[in-house]
Amino acid sequence: MSDTGHSIEEIKKHVRVYMFVFASLAVLTVVTVVVGYLELPFAPALIVALLIATVKAGLVAAYFMHLVSEEQIVRWLVWLSLGLLLAMFLILSVYYVDQGGTEIFGF
Amino acid sequence: MADHAAVPEGHHGEDGHHESFWRKYIFSTDHKVIGIQYGITSLLFLLFGFSLVMLMRWQLAYPGQPVPLIGWLFSDDTMPGGVMLPEFYNQLGAMHGTIMVFLGIVPLAVGAFGNYVVPLQIGAPDMAFPKLNMASYWVFFVGGVIMLGSFFVPAGAAKAGWTSYAPLSVIESMGQTMWLISMVFLITSSLLGAVNFLTTIVQLRADGMGFMQMPFFVWAQFITSFLLLLAFPPLEAAAVLQLSDRLLDTSFFMPSGLVVSGEVVDVAGGGSPLLWQHLFWFLAHPEVYVLVLPAMGIVAEIIANNARKPLKGYKVLVYSLVFLGFMSFIVWAHHMFITGMGQVMSTFFQTTTMIISIPSVIILTALFLSLWGGSIRFTTPMLFALGFLPMFGIGGLTGLPLGLAATDIPLHDTYYVIGHFHYVVAPGTILALMGGIYYWFPKMTGRTMNDTLGKIHFWGTLVSMNFIFFPMLIQGLAGVSRRLYDGGQIYAHAQDVLVYNEVMSIAAWVLFVFQIPFIVNLLVSMKKGKAAADNHWNATTLEWSAAPSPPVGHGNFRDLPTVYRDPYEYSHPDHDEDYWPQDVPPAEASEN
Amino acid sequence: MQIPFTVAPRPDTGVNNAKLGVWLFLASEVMLFGGLFSAYIFLRIGAPEWPGMVGGHAYERASDILNVPLATLNTMVLIGSSVTMVMSWASLAMQRFDRYRLYMGATIALGFVFLVVKAFEYGEKFSHGYLPAENNFLAIYFVLTGLHGLHVIGGILVNMYFMWPGARMWKTDPKRFTNRIEIAGLYWHFVDLVWIFLFPTIYLL
Repeated sequence: MSDTGHSIEEIKKHVRVYMFVFASLAVLTVVTVVVGYLELPFAPALIVALLIATVKAGLVAAYFMHLVSEEQIVRWLVWLSLGLLLAMFLILSVYYVDQGGTEIFGF
Repeated sequence: MADHAAVPEGHHGEDGHHESFWRKYIFSTDHKVIGIQYGITSLLFLLFGFSLVMLMRWQLAYPGQPVPLIGWLFSDDTMPGGVMLPEFYNQLGAMHGTIMVFLGIVPLAVGAFGNYVVPLQIGAPDMAFPKLNMASYWVFFVGGVIMLGSFFVPAGAAKAGWTSYAPLSVIESMGQTMWLISMVFLITSSLLGAVNFLTTIVQLRADGMGFMQMPFFVWAQFITSFLLLLAFPPLEAAAVLQLSDRLLDTSFFMPSGLVVSGEVVDVAGGGSPLLWQHLFWFLAHPEVYVLVLPAMGIVAEIIANNARKPLKGYKVLVYSLVFLGFMSFIVWAHHMFITGMGQVMSTFFQTTTMIISIPSVIILTALFLSLWGGSIRFTTPMLFALGFLPMFGIGGLTGLPLGLAATDIPLHDTYYVIGHFHYVVAPGTILALMGGIYYWFPKMTGRTMNDTLGKIHFWGTLVSMNFIFFPMLIQGLAGVSRRLYDGGQIYAHAQDVLVYNEVMSIAAWVLFVFQIPFIVNLLVSMKKGKAAADNHWNATTLEWSAAPSPPVGHGNFRDLPTVYRDPYEYSHPDHDEDYWPQDVPPAEASEN
Repeated sequence: MQIPFTVAPRPDTGVNNAKLGVWLFLASEVMLFGGLFSAYIFLRIGAPEWPGMVGGHAYERASDILNVPLATLNTMVLIGSSVTMVMSWASLAMQRFDRYRLYMGATIALGFVFLVVKAFEYGEKFSHGYLPAENNFLAIYFVLTGLHGLHVIGGILVNMYFMWPGARMWKTDPKRFTNRIEIAGLYWHFVDLVWIFLFPTIYLL
């Protein structure tokens, strides 16, 4: 979000968005917990939980942290660190399977 | 340009004149002072780390014999009767590695040169966050004090190597806890520094300086800072986990059923020693590039300046650097081939490792080609830069067999590896850093260093370093393990190459002797060196052309410079002088 | 001496120094927690059972050991504090300093509520003798939530600074102060974001 100043009207629009995001986050939290109590098998439970968490995190990052209207340079930085993070997760997981044929999380 | 020296009175009056000694020299927020603080501290640490290894080399050359002259200085816990105990040898080894890497070279290459030179080269009045900069130095300082302090705790400093492999490091004595705490400080300091460098380079470039007008040294610091920023935190995480293993008795790195001295260790188990190696090398491979990239940057500056022609393939150099930075995050497990990696992973890491050698070769080749057809001035810094090229070449090429699992497995635990990475870091990076000191000394002090002493220093260092590290490669190929307290005496296969132990040790002490002219030169030249012109080397980059030597107090420039051209316009056909500074407006040039 | 672009954004990058700086810091934080999560993944793939033996009893689900209702409450608290944080920035952008005080106060209060609930949760574990040394599940739980808790404490300290001594800047340089609240907010939202991943992966899976 550039610092060229926001008109009061604009901010009020923002505030409505914040309230909507808040409600979505609350609902999604409840959904996560309810799914948790369903005692699904591990793989679907993992996928659902990570999916919901990613959506929630995306909402926080996009609206509360203003990434949706942020400058290119910041978005690049975010993608860079997320890319490295995923590479790290992926390589470490594959490493284990590759080593002894261990099943990952029942997949 | 001479009139730059005359700083108008009162220019920096509001922040320059009435600062107390403490604000001006100790808790300064001026990047130049902080750079010099980093420089002095890291040079002292380099000397200290070198002293540790000189002691070790006595034990390796003459195992079991009392150390002459200084042996009596040590306590009975370390060297009873002057004879080194194995435990003390391990302490020296671990601390030599740690101090050289984290307290010597990184703070010298990034903390000192980066801090001093980067804002000047991009035409910035200071770093973007001066207070953070000061904090970064003092956090580093505290980390260093803790690291040194660990020698004095019961059972001495850390003994598990600079890599601190678990589970050995977890069952170690208290020194290891100090090591971990110190590392947390050092990592924090690097992170603060990296945030500051990146913000400064992105935000505070002078008018007209696009990314492709930045001097190559700034690019090197830029990529280095990214590596520090993104590779160090996993090690911080790992340090926290190991601290918790040591202090809270958790088992992150402790496998089930671990037996120490015939007894099963009383922990929950289920942890993975390999996890430590993964997290450690996730940092430590990019760390190798943190050690090398600033050196490449310094060498590029010196070569362009002394060959009096633009760098060959500046853009290619920059792209190689960026690619190198990316790739360095996905090659880490080539340090772990002997851990029994599966085929898919080992193929992956061998491939990435071979790929990452390409940009390094491009950079080295471009630097060599930059010499072609130049009218080379063999100044002292240029000698060091020229020394760097073949030395780094040997270091890089000896690394290739280590990047392939089939050849790495027999070589991995031998002196070959020690020889390889020392070629990269010692005759490679350290030569370049020394060159940087000779190159920027006139900028920092307004005086020059003595050329004769400098040349003695260079030739002595170059020759003796090769006598130290080349025999290591030979010993390693003969299969001598790198972790032997007696240098391999008891092994039949080592007998033929044992003679090199003495050669290497003597060369190490000779290397020390050749550092004396450097130390004398540095100290004497500060006060008594010949006065240097503002642009002592007739250079084109902003730190020389737009700022006096030494630069004016806090703020660097009288007026922030504007950039009109690429960084290395030497011997330009449209310009009379053989250098065309970045900040000289085109109109002024026609008057010349 | 004046450092350029401390308040106004640099035209070609569109951001000011502090905003770029805090995003760089957050990128490194991503890697810090990424390292910890990697450790979690690595240990969990290698573990024959998870959460495994705790207090002499083999558990099959983390939710049987940990207190999910309390953690759900804490999730709501943290999400709520993120909303009040962003509202405190919006209030300043609308020139309503009085509302800023209110929202910032609420953010700090919610931060404390989070810590109190957390302390209660830890106390419950300790009273059963469930210490980090018990097994790797509890070790991961304590270290990850503990480090997250330290980040919450850090955030509360920053927010308290801007609530009281730092708020004087509103009178002298309101634009810069608004920027500072936005930046403090970025950090606070990040702490929230980490929790959004910690909660399902540790408590529910």
